[in-house]
Amino acid sequence: MPSHPKLAAEFIQNKERAHWHDQSLWFVRSKRDKAAHQLPEWELLREQASQIKQYTVSQLPHLLEEFERNATARGVHVHWAKDATEHNEIVHGILKQHQVTRVVKSKSMLTEECHLNPYLERHGIEIIDTDLGERIVQLQNKPPSHIVMPAIHIKKEEIGELFHEKLGTEKGATDPQYLTEAARQHLRQKFIQAEAGITGVNFAIAETGGFVVCTNEGNADLGTSLNKLHIACMGIEKLIPRAGDLSVFLRLLARSATGQPITTYSSHFHGPAPGAEMHIVLLDNGRSEISGSDEFRRSLNCIRCAACMNTCPVYRRSGGYSYSNTVPGPIGSILGPARDPKANSTLPFACSLCGSCTDVCPVKIDLHHQLLTWRKEIRVKGFLPFSKRISMKMMSWMMQAPRLYRLTGKMARWIVPRLPRFLLYNRMNDWGKQRELPEFPKQSFREWMKQNHDNK
Amino acid sequence: MRVFIESSFRFNPLYELPAMAPRVGLFIPCYVDQLFPQVGIATLKILEHFGVDVDYPESQTCCGQPMANSGCTDDVAPLAKRFVEIFKSYDAVVCPSGSCVSMVTHHYDEYFKNDADYEALQAKTYEFCDYLTNVLGVTQLSGRFPHKVGLHQSCHGLRELRLASSSEVMGEPFGTARALLESIEGVEVTSLKRPDECCGFGGTFAVSEEAVSCMMGEDRVHDHEQAGTEVLTALDMSCLMHLNGIIRRQKKPIRVMHISEIFAECL
Amino acid sequence: MTTSKDDILNKLRNQSVPQRELPDLQSPELTKEWIVYPDPTAQFAEVLSGVGGECYPVKDIHEVNQKLSELSAFKEANKVCSQISDCGSPNVSIPEITDPHDFEDIDFAILPGEFAVAENGAVWITNDGGPARVLYFLAQHVTLLVPASAVVSNMPQAYERLAFAENSFGTFMSGPSKTADIEQSLVIGAHGARSLTVFLVEETFQTT
Repeated sequence: MPSHPKLAAEFIQNKERAHWHDQSLWFVRSKRDKAAHQLPEWELLREQASQIKQYTVSQLPHLLEEFERNATARGVHVHWAKDATEHNEIVHGILKQHQVTRVVKSKSMLTEECHLNPYLERHGIEIIDTDLGERIVQLQNKPPSHIVMPAIHIKKEEIGELFHEKLGTEKGATDPQYLTEAARQHLRQKFIQAEAGITGVNFAIAETGGFVVCTNEGNADLGTSLNKLHIACMGIEKLIPRAGDLSVFLRLLARSATGQPITTYSSHFHGPAPGAEMHIVLLDNGRSEISGSDEFRRSLNCIRCAACMNTCPVYRRSGGYSYSNTVPGPIGSILGPARDPKANSTLPFACSLCGSCTDVCPVKIDLHHQLLTWRKEIRVKGFLPFSKRISMKMMSWMMQAPRLYRLTGKMARWIVPRLPRFLLYNRMNDWGKQRELPEFPKQSFREWMKQNHDNK
Repeated sequence: MRVFIESSFRFNPLYELPAMAPRVGLFIPCYVDQLFPQVGIATLKILEHFGVDVDYPESQTCCGQPMANSGCTDDVAPLAKRFVEIFKSYDAVVCPSGSCVSMVTHHYDEYFKNDADYEALQAKTYEFCDYLTNVLGVTQLSGRFPHKVGLHQSCHGLRELRLASSSEVMGEPFGTARALLESIEGVEVTSLKRPDECCGFGGTFAVSEEAVSCMMGEDRVHDHEQAGTEVLTALDMSCLMHLNGIIRRQKKPIRVMHISEIFAECL
Repeated sequence: MTTSKDDILNKLRNQSVPQRELPDLQSPELTKEWIVYPDPTAQFAEVLSGVGGECYPVKDIHEVNQKLSELSAFKEANKVCSQISDCGSPNVSIPEITDPHDFEDIDFAILPGEFAVAENGAVWITNDGGPARVLYFLAQHVTLLVPASAVVSNMPQAYERLAFAENSFGTFMSGPSKTADIEQSLVIGAHGARSLTVFLVEETFQTT
């Protein structure tokens, strides 16, 4: 997989487009700020949410069993999947049992994580992503680039062309209203014809055995109230202990994600509708292991709001695809290496450690600290490039020997100002591609001190 | 000790030091020592102006941040131990850099377990403006600096040391550097579109993610341009080195000065 | 042979996770911090309007009918259904429909809401999940009737009123359906309702 720096550099080559992407996401970040300002208790809510999630992880086995008991009592079939493969097999098994060939799905990053769509399609099942952004990237045969706004990287002209080709809209049409209407008509038919609906889970409630699905478009609800089979897919960390905890999370989620006070629909499911069937699949896929890590446990607090992505100056200027991971951005750069440190070794370094992500995270994950800790893990696991390893070792040796440090500095300050420009600025000098080197002074501070200060 | 210092100095910035004045160890970041000595000189000048007994321990080199940020914490350990040895006997340690101070106070934990020397040092290591305001009690700086000053909020000082309010966190706005700047006659702090977005230096990030780093820096420079910034300043020379690199390459008419240099010029 | 459930639970139990306290959300220390509006109804109306909905405080069903007759969506509606007695002159009978697909061509639906939440313009609706549940999402235009006295300031107050033992379905609906997935341009009327009108009715009304 090409590294993040390589893909990011390609993304930035189209500077205008990179600016547009950056500004679109900054706009969402500023909407989040406005919404947070509306609640004087904002920081207190973040603290409560963090504590509730930390408690949940500390009691996860117990709460999962409580959830299963209560959900089963409400008529929900509860399934447990160790990994993505098992998850897909379970979902397929349920659909096959009901002889289902047409499925609609609302946004679920978990199903992306498991690559559910291609799996089902291989088994002859049509699965339509009904979130507008997801449908757009599905029609393009691409993954989402953002976990809340899947098509944030695509311009309306491109969507117009795509819809003209796939949905028969007018050639050259770019009006979002017109294009959305076309998608509405097209997806409405899919809802009507679907034999089953798959949703994600934003929150599952241990105390009641219910779960909550949040959307703005109403696609999760249309996908589950027309047909008789609802399959919900959930990471085990999406649990919360009590229904009352939603009074904290539902105040934080949409404000953090898009700056809205709440999503248009926050649907609470407690068992199947009369005559219908409801299934929930609980997925581990590495989460249990993270729960044992003191450094990374808090990444399980995540409620997948993407506030960290919207604020990340690197994500905004490199785009979701440059992370080559189901979940991109700051949280993705922690979860990705947890799953595959070798493939994702550049992700924790795709970060200037500015800390903005940590400050916007509604559940107070110490994102930038975990990214820093991941860098150590990458080094310990042996995935740091040799050149970096050796240069840091050499720098450390030099810094342990003050005379060597002083001498090296003095030599650099003598040589560099005397080098012709073409020697200093060339392909070897990454700093100098778009920046001037600093002016190298004659004297260092300590030389100045010796000369001017210590003798007084 | 800190309470004593604060109560003595708070309302009299130009005090005469009694004999038991605190001895401050001046911690100068390695790249400032070698490449930006004027920042160290300015810092020293200000501290001595306010009567601080400053000592510059010669054997200091580097706090180890570049190695830590590369994940090479095993290469940091000897440097961290050196640092504590060199600076532990001072009453306070002052440094013109938010990121270097943050390294010592927030990221040295893993090298010291139940180490009284380190814990004591952690509590008495200060970024320069923080020391001026919160220890020396300086709220007003004399002199004139009739310029539009763009304050870049270096990220470590902002979100690690919490020396100013960040735009992400809800609460009352505050900021030591801004307050000191605004106390100088003639200073107009410019108004940015994104008041605390990262400049993109990020240490080795500046080179390993060069494209993103430079786009981030460019965007900061444009923000300052549209705000009318004449002099760009910050707590950290690393940010300024990166931004100035872009400013000079693009030949923009913005003067870049570390905040200590502005204060020193006013005296 | 262990099941996946056993495997997962054992794996979790084998991890060493420090104990944590669960916050008491009922503690007065916390509850006193939650925002309370001097006029929750006005706040609700303002927020709902901000998210693309409309709120009309009215006295009784008669006023609702009057207001409905002024709405173009209602006037132009072909198929109207209503779960509120004497309201909306429906031409489609809800109880007779057993397959939710048969609600596909409903233009206008008048439905009950339990209470409204001022902080986010949401109305809580709940039902047993039967065929009529789809009306909240499938009808082109939705009108909700909520008792005027049932407006709370914030979500903690909302959850004090909620119990989940009976109905299998409930949702907070805040305004009409929407999306901004195309270049962040807000479009009202994604897959669900194209418009949402909320009547806060003073006099009690009956549901059918």
